[in-house]
Amino acid sequence: MVLQTPPLEPVESIIPLAEEDLNRKDYASDVDTRWCPGCGDYSILAQMQRGLSNLNVAPEKMVFVSGIGCSSRFPYYMNTYGMHSIHGRAPTIASGLKLSRPDLMVFVITGDGDALSIGGNHLLHVLRRNVDVKIFLFNNRIYGLTKGQYSPTSELGKVTKSSPVGTTERPLNPLSVALASEATFVARSFDTDPQHLTATIERAARHHGAAFVEILQNCNIFNDRAFADYTDRNVRDERLLYLEHGQPMLFGENKNKGLAVSATGLRVVDADGPDAGLILTHDATRPAPDVHQLLARCAYPEMPVPMGVIRQVTTPTYGDYLDSQIEVQKFKNRHDVTQLLRGRSTWQVE
Amino acid sequence: MTTTSTQANGSGNTSAPIQERDRVTVRFAGDSGDGMQLAGNRFADATAVFGNDFSTLPDFPAEIRAPAGSLAGVSSFQISFSKHQIFTPGDEPDTLVAMNPAALKSHLSALTKGGLLVVNEDAFTSGNLKKANYPSNPLSDGSLDGYRIIKAPITTAAVAAVDDLGLSNQNAERTKNFFALGLVYWLYDRDLQPTLDWIEDRFGRLPNIAEANRRALYAGHAYGETTEIADAHVRVPPAVLKPGEYRTITGNQALVLGLITAAHLTDLELFYGSYPITPASDVLVELAALREYGVRTFQAEDEISAVGTAIGASYGGALGVTGTSGPGIALKSEAINLAVMTELPLIVLDVQRSGPSTGMPTKTEQTDLLQVMFGRNGESPLCVLAAKSPGDCFYMVLEAVRLAYQFVTPVVLLSDTYLANTAEPWPVPDLNQLDPIDVPYRRLEQTAPEDFQPYVRDPDTLARMFVPPGHAGLQHRIGGLEKSDISGDVAYSPENHQRMTNLRAEKIQRIANFIPEVEIDGPESGDLLVLSWGSTYGAVFTAVNDAREAGHEVAHAHLQYLNPFPRNLGDVVSRYKKVLIPEANTGQLRMLIRANFLVDAKGYNEVTGQPLSARQLTDAIIQLSND
Ligand SMILES: Cc1ncc(C[n+]2csc(CCOP(=O)(O)OP(=O)(O)O)c2C)c(N)n1
Ligand code: SF4
Ligand SMILES: [Mg+2]
Repeated sequence: MVLQTPPLEPVESIIPLAEEDLNRKDYASDVDTRWCPGCGDYSILAQMQRGLSNLNVAPEKMVFVSGIGCSSRFPYYMNTYGMHSIHGRAPTIASGLKLSRPDLMVFVITGDGDALSIGGNHLLHVLRRNVDVKIFLFNNRIYGLTKGQYSPTSELGKVTKSSPVGTTERPLNPLSVALASEATFVARSFDTDPQHLTATIERAARHHGAAFVEILQNCNIFNDRAFADYTDRNVRDERLLYLEHGQPMLFGENKNKGLAVSATGLRVVDADGPDAGLILTHDATRPAPDVHQLLARCAYPEMPVPMGVIRQVTTPTYGDYLDSQIEVQKFKNRHDVTQLLRGRSTWQVE
Repeated sequence: MTTTSTQANGSGNTSAPIQERDRVTVRFAGDSGDGMQLAGNRFADATAVFGNDFSTLPDFPAEIRAPAGSLAGVSSFQISFSKHQIFTPGDEPDTLVAMNPAALKSHLSALTKGGLLVVNEDAFTSGNLKKANYPSNPLSDGSLDGYRIIKAPITTAAVAAVDDLGLSNQNAERTKNFFALGLVYWLYDRDLQPTLDWIEDRFGRLPNIAEANRRALYAGHAYGETTEIADAHVRVPPAVLKPGEYRTITGNQALVLGLITAAHLTDLELFYGSYPITPASDVLVELAALREYGVRTFQAEDEISAVGTAIGASYGGALGVTGTSGPGIALKSEAINLAVMTELPLIVLDVQRSGPSTGMPTKTEQTDLLQVMFGRNGESPLCVLAAKSPGDCFYMVLEAVRLAYQFVTPVVLLSDTYLANTAEPWPVPDLNQLDPIDVPYRRLEQTAPEDFQPYVRDPDTLARMFVPPGHAGLQHRIGGLEKSDISGDVAYSPENHQRMTNLRAEKIQRIANFIPEVEIDGPESGDLLVLSWGSTYGAVFTAVNDAREAGHEVAHAHLQYLNPFPRNLGDVVSRYKKVLIPEANTGQLRMLIRANFLVDAKGYNEVTGQPLSARQLTDAIIQLSND
């Protein structure tokens, strides 16, 4: 059967907005936060509350579902509905919830271990199916809650509690995984740039479909300064590439550098030099994920680290298809429980 | 299209004398490609229309297409039909239809002494004999002496009957199951019409194939009529069943209908999260075809996701259901435990199969009882029910849903391969006569107080105040961490954990106040009680009656509620000197009964992948009764 393609609608047409103007406090619960002082999670929490208040969706129409980990404590601190579930499985619970309650805005909060190790399979499939849930992966490149073992994003050779002489496995790149899983929205931000983080959260929330956001998050206890080489304030301009759809891929103190295609991927060119004309313009909506994958692979120190929305394409969600199938079948076929109970044929016993 | 087939109507217009019998059991056996399941199901339909009570037992290999003619590829279908009510598909067949040497080899030992053997002699080639490890041809070496044999050239006769239709060789040969069916229809005086109707319905768009099947059916029937087959023409008069409208139903179909009906009675949206696994896949497949009933099926990436999505749907206020078999339950355990801790309604269907590990996927067993009772970390009580017959699967789904919502708890419903595939006549329920199912959260949504707290409990049921997301002012968070009594906040205090552990256990125990007491069939006290559960009901019922006919006073009680047990069960088991618990496992219910009631229950246990044999069980009952 050919799938029916329903029209896409803006968030507000599906999820009711709050009647009055809400601010970030309206999204904060009265539960005491329990992260270590200095943990990057605090900033993410604050930006989430701020970003959502910009959206102005009523808190009772939001549900935060998380797995297990420091990051997964997040739902307790939101004045929304929430479920702190089990390790790695939040995408499954969120999927079932969203598919049976399209009127709710459903978020998944997960960690690098939660999403990419124990829950790797579910992450792959929730993105592939394009279930309309917003996934925020707090990547601290370590297992925080279990006190400092390496994670699937820890760099090769990293010394941790469970790898005293260095790990012997290569890390996953969360953005590459998301793109390979056919994610329709892929973005990255980080804990110490509140403005950028707020804007990214808001964009993800507004996306119609599965949104995947990697948030670089500092675990100051077990993996301090994991991203400092490029996220510290004094080096950001040089080492980060802030992507904006429709804008040239420029970075550097005075936007004096840009990215162009090379034989093997992307390369840095001088924005004032002879190759300036080759500098790419960011197209997040490009159907082919080729350039998006190349961006995702840009890593410090060779390349600037991309931040922002790498990919955003619109396509019907799993729920759109499912709901339209139900509607079409209801229209086409009889649905009468009494008739169903009788089945194809019955006989009468006198 | 012209029809030149022999006219036959099966109403016994033949000179051969017809014998009457109370009950007959027939087994069709052939290669998995021979269409034995189809033939058996058609026979069951014709039998239903004729008015016998009946029960069927399909048995197929796990391999979809094992090598043709091999022992591994044999597929069979048994049907027992009677003028009385019957409860099992019969122990030993009276008649065996063997389409090839491998089928004969695999099934001959089951045939009653002196039973009737119908063989397709065309298939007894040296190649096929070799594949079945026959050193010589059993049709000619005398090894079948002691059976009555009809050697029919089933393949060649079927091919001849469809000769001028221009079918490929392969398609012509395929009609041999209809030839065999026609012959068996003659033997047992079945009407051809229901099958002719079915052929039209099924193959109407392929007129050539439809005609070929019709002709093969008539030809088989005529073969029976014209061949002198002594003592083989048998009639089993219609049974006296309760008046009403009937249909045939298998356990898996009944689960599907139960779920749709439960959604209707609760006015909830049905969500079914599942990952394909034998023998539960049919439930997913059949539900997926019912989108017009608003069913949301979700074929998950694995069983963990399947239960996770069902929990998410339940949490959102839908009727969240997941279905699987034993290996899938193992994967779902952690998530089911989350539903225990968060106290959410959830329906888990476990269509048990033979284990451990992958075991024998297409064979039956009752070996998941202890897994669903105890296979989770921590003290994790939940409600466990078990269906006793194919049709009962329907009513037990309604019970599971009623209890899941009334007590806000996961409920596991146990079925098994045998129930899943067995067909029986089933009185079609009247939707208006079914009890409504209450969904308390609808009321709570309206009446929840300002200071709503999610773990405040109903004083009678101890069910917590479950309210799905969406209601302004009732926002709260739940999760797998220990909950504080009443507030539901995360709590680590020793006293609270003790209290919550007790509350979770007590809540499940209180279900006993809302389910029927166990009924005793036979003396209210005395020497011997036979206690059974789940799909063995039919075999145990039959065996107990046979033992009574042999002069033994035996009581029988059957459990559909395994956790909690019915209120009176402890009392019941203590009223008999001996308690015998027959199970298709090594003694799982027996372990529970001994542990709960300190009675020295004996077991009758078979773990063969086949349903319990009523005959052997009768012997065991008589022996224990004599002891
Ligand atoms: C089934 C299961 N296995 C293991 C654990 C233990 N565990 C809890 S959190 C965690 C890792 C968390 O790491 P991450 O997802 O990166 O989250 P973070 O704490 O770093 O935010 C592990 C292994 C568990 N809770 N459940
Ligand atoms: S252990 Fe690390 S990630 Fe966890 S709360 Fe502390 S700082 Fe944050
Ligand atoms: Mg981590």
